[in-house]
Amino acid sequence: MTTATLPTRRDEAWRYADMDGVARLGVAALDQWQLIDVAAGDSVTRCMVVGSDAPELHRFRVTLGEGARAAFFVTNRGANYTRVEIEVRLAKGAHFEFGGVTIGGGSATREFVTQVVHAEPEATSNQTIRAVHWNTGIGNFLGEIKVARHAQKTDAAQDFKGLLLEAGASANAVPQLEIFADDVKCAHGATVGALDEGARFYMMARGLDPAAAQRLLVQAFIGDAFVSLDDEAEREALLDTALSALEGAQL
Amino acid sequence: MLTITDLHATVGGGDNPKPILKGLTLHVPAGEIHAIMGPNGAGKSTLSNVLGGKPGYEVTGGSVEFRGQDLLALDPHERAAAGLFLGFQYPVEIPGVSNVQFLREALNSQRKARGEEPLSGGEFLKLAKEKAALLKMDMDMLKRQVNVGFSGGEKKRAEMVQMGILDPAFAVLDETDSGLDIDALRIVGAGINSIMRAPDKAVLLITHYQRLLDVVKPDKVSILADGRIVETGGPELALRLEAEGYDSVMA
Repeated sequence: MTTATLPTRRDEAWRYADMDGVARLGVAALDQWQLIDVAAGDSVTRCMVVGSDAPELHRFRVTLGEGARAAFFVTNRGANYTRVEIEVRLAKGAHFEFGGVTIGGGSATREFVTQVVHAEPEATSNQTIRAVHWNTGIGNFLGEIKVARHAQKTDAAQDFKGLLLEAGASANAVPQLEIFADDVKCAHGATVGALDEGARFYMMARGLDPAAAQRLLVQAFIGDAFVSLDDEAEREALLDTALSALEGAQL
Repeated sequence: MLTITDLHATVGGGDNPKPILKGLTLHVPAGEIHAIMGPNGAGKSTLSNVLGGKPGYEVTGGSVEFRGQDLLALDPHERAAAGLFLGFQYPVEIPGVSNVQFLREALNSQRKARGEEPLSGGEFLKLAKEKAALLKMDMDMLKRQVNVGFSGGEKKRAEMVQMGILDPAFAVLDETDSGLDIDALRIVGAGINSIMRAPDKAVLLITHYQRLLDVVKPDKVSILADGRIVETGGPELALRLEAEGYDSVMA
């Protein structure tokens, strides 16, 4: 399939995108899908740090066989428009795990867009997204969950939390649930807030300087996204690259 | 060690700040444990918050000298590095951060500010174990997230362990005895004695009850009422308050 034209903000999945960034990526980039097929009973884990000075688009189409498992953990710290899209189709009893962090200042838009299709019964999915932004930075999560008519006993969850360190930054969450089966669990939550001033003062009263207190609080905030990643070295690497984005932030 | 002179402070910003401290004068020399008692609303918590530098309180007059420095000119973390410890009436929960990480970073941040070498992980754990044992706190508690899921008594005990690890020259303890059962009260009182009872240290102990003073045995007792110290005496003053109540003693 070839995409003939660039998307517009009228397209639901692109409504918070940076259209200048999309234009710079061009039509050719939109056709670049990475295909991942996980055979029945197999398991795949992907850990990624994405983002640079140029716009980036990373698109994945994941097909999970019966009882298969895929886990994606992503730190999105682009200094320019950076979009990660994951489309997943789950067969019976499969599991999809996603942990994502968008972090950064400047004026860049960083976003995760997922479409999780529970096509068969008894599949589960869990998505945890954290967004930490300052200046006029933007973090988006557009999460669509589709449950087919016969996909009974589906258990799907998504949880988004945004932390805005300065007025002017923003976070957008768009959960979309399309459920045709009647015996399913679909949980979704989205909150956006500022740093806990009580906790910051408590830390400073114990001697942490403001930057160290902030780093520790941000670490605690984004940690949720990577808790289900068992590989400790990978987890530390994702956390550290995310937190290093805070360094040099004038807050 | 601490000299408070004619201190005036208000709480609540905007157009309508409320005066709480109205000319408070108090001197606490090294080697002294000084208890502050007083009716509700007298300004006890405001005093401890102003000394700690909590945002939301404004000093409108007077001065505080701490170990030869102008305490009020320092940020909260600088006050901690200068040797001030603020015990919280309601210790803050910090999900996602372990006590061990929090305290190690706090201690090393203080040491750095004083031009001392940071403690290694091993050195820190040895110190933490020793101080936890002093207050009969299980080392497993220190590996848990800061105050999360701790009972009221456990939180206060954890505060004392923090004080032991940070080893301040001066501690302001705001109603450390609230929420403690008799056994925990004895342990906390004994902790204060073993950590802070020294010729080069001092304590300002804010409390409602005689019970803690039975264990800690203050050198001086002052009554704080309507934003001022209205009477200072020896330990017998606390006993009189307990027996007769504030109204009759202050009359």
